[in-house]
Amino acid sequence: MEPQAAKMIGAGIACIGMGGAGVGVGTIFGHYLAAALRNPSAAQGQFANLIFGFAVTEALGIFSLLIALLLLFAL
Amino acid sequence: MDPIHQFEIKSLFPIAHIGATEIAFTNSALFMLIALAVILLLTLGATRSRALVPGRAQAVAEMSYEFIATTLRSIAGPEGMKFFPLVFSLFMYILVLNVFGIIPYTFTVTSHIIIAVALALLVFFTVLVYGFWKHGLHFFKLFVPSGIPIYILPLVTFIEVLSFLSRPVSHSVRLFANMLAGHITLKVFGGFVTMLGAFGLLGWLGAVLPLGLTVALTALELLVAVLQAYVFAILTCIYLNDAIHPGH
Repeated sequence: MEPQAAKMIGAGIACIGMGGAGVGVGTIFGHYLAAALRNPSAAQGQFANLIFGFAVTEALGIFSLLIALLLLFAL
Repeated sequence: MDPIHQFEIKSLFPIAHIGATEIAFTNSALFMLIALAVILLLTLGATRSRALVPGRAQAVAEMSYEFIATTLRSIAGPEGMKFFPLVFSLFMYILVLNVFGIIPYTFTVTSHIIIAVALALLVFFTVLVYGFWKHGLHFFKLFVPSGIPIYILPLVTFIEVLSFLSRPVSHSVRLFANMLAGHITLKVFGGFVTMLGAFGLLGWLGAVLPLGLTVALTALELLVAVLQAYVFAILTCIYLNDAIHPGH
């Protein structure tokens, strides 16, 4: 296999990891919304926790995207 | 049509030479200075009149102050307020740089890992130095959570140490990779417009779709720019809270 082709395939495979981050972020916002609808008065106090959980989860997806970008452009 | 081209650092004029290394005033430095001027204008300039009923500019300055102060106080407690200047500066700096990057033909300073790493390491070492200065060796309690059965304590401690050491990596890569990926996506969709436009009338009709997507993505990028500045500030608050209250 040519190195260039292997790089492209590797970048594509690396992007699969973003799917997991998508599931995670969806779970976080879904559960926040569900809880906020049950008890709207407590929702505002948990906003920082929501953003924290989102940031930590999203970082993992961004890491795999970073690997893909490195494969495509940097290496 | 290289989507990476926009992140190129160009030398505007050289300042000095150290050996073979040229120290130059780059476009990155230029946009940092512009961001600094905007922040100074927004905070010092807007609050100079100190009106009891704030005008628009003063309201923005007061709102951003209140926003960060509330976040910091709720996460790190009243003692955390001594770090307010640090958190507020980081938030405003990253926010202005991120939002500036969305304007076409500008340079996104925060899309370079060296900037993000420098900011993240600043926070990391602040936490380390303040933690050891304030609590001495009790700071190590941060790595030993209470109420854990003794037979898994070594494993948990190892994981805690590892997660503490990887903080500057995730803290910086999150900011830099978000900005980098967003701007590359924008450029790629912009590239679709010109590619389709080369096919004549039918291509022009087809190019409407990626053009609309580019507009929508720009709106998304604006959200991401503000969110990432907020996330950086919130994580800074959480890490500082560990330095102030190391026991779990």
